[in-house]
Amino acid sequence: MSDENKHSLEPNNWVKEYSDYLYNYTITRIDNHEQAKDIVQETFFSALKAAKNYRGQASERTWLIAILKRKIIDHYRKINSRKGKAEIKVNFHEDGDKKGSWLEERVPQLWDNEAEKQIENTELKSVLDNCINNLPDKYRLVFNLKNVEHYETEEICNELDITASNLWVIIHRARHQLRKCMEDNWFAK
Amino acid sequence: MSKKIFISCDEATTICNKSQYKEASFLEIVKLKIHLFSCKICGAYSKQNATLTKVCSKHLHKTQGERKLCKEEKEALQKEVVKKINSNT
Repeated sequence: MSDENKHSLEPNNWVKEYSDYLYNYTITRIDNHEQAKDIVQETFFSALKAAKNYRGQASERTWLIAILKRKIIDHYRKINSRKGKAEIKVNFHEDGDKKGSWLEERVPQLWDNEAEKQIENTELKSVLDNCINNLPDKYRLVFNLKNVEHYETEEICNELDITASNLWVIIHRARHQLRKCMEDNWFAK
Repeated sequence: MSKKIFISCDEATTICNKSQYKEASFLEIVKLKIHLFSCKICGAYSKQNATLTKVCSKHLHKTQGERKLCKEEKEALQKEVVKKINSNT
C-alpha cells in the first residue's frame, strides 16, 4: 500500500465524526445511557494510547469500532463476574435424588384462562418492560440482544465472547425469571 | 446436553427455551416431547413459555432510528479527549 492510500488518525475530529456512531452501536448492546457514554469515552482514550500502533490499513472508523468491541466484552465480563448466580433464583434441585426437578416453590402456577387473549393489552407491555428491567444486567443484555435486536446466537457469542451453551443457560435463566415475574404481576391474578 | 433419552425438568425447560427461538435440534425436541408426555409441570411451563414468546414478539421492538448523544454531552466529551491529547504530547 502506498503512503497516499493509507488512512490517518485525526483525534481532534473523533468526537464530531464518530461519537454518535459509536454511541448508537453501544446503546443497542448496553441499554444504559451513562454506561454507554463512558464506554465511548474510554474507547477514545484507549485509541489515543494505541494511536502510535495504528498502521493505517483499516479506516479510522473500523479501527475505533474494533477497540469499542473489546470494551463491550470487558464491560460484559465485569458485570458477569460482579453479579453472578446469586442474583437469579434457582428453579431446580441442584443435587441429590431430585437433581434437575422443580423446586416446589418455583413450580409454575395456573394462569388465568384468558391469558392468551390479553396479549394485545398495552398495560401488559409496561409489566413486561418492568420485568425485563428487573433482570440482572447480564441476563437483560443477552435477552435483549436475542429478543429485541434479533441477533443470531453466533453473533451474540462472538460479540460477548461467550459459548453457545453459556448463552442458552443465560436465556434459560432469564426466561424463567421473566415467566415468574409475569406470573406474579399479571397472569396469576 | 446429555446423551440419555430421559431428561430432567431443568434440561427439558432449557430445550423448551431454545425451541422458542427455533434453535433446538430434532433430537432435543424428541427428548422434550417424551418428557412432556409424563411431566405436567413442564407441560404448564411449556404452554406459558409459548405465551411469553407471543407477548415478547408483540411488545418488544427495536428502537427506530439512530440514538445520539446531545450537543452538551459531545462538547464535554470533546473537552476530555482534547485534554488527553494534550497530556500525551
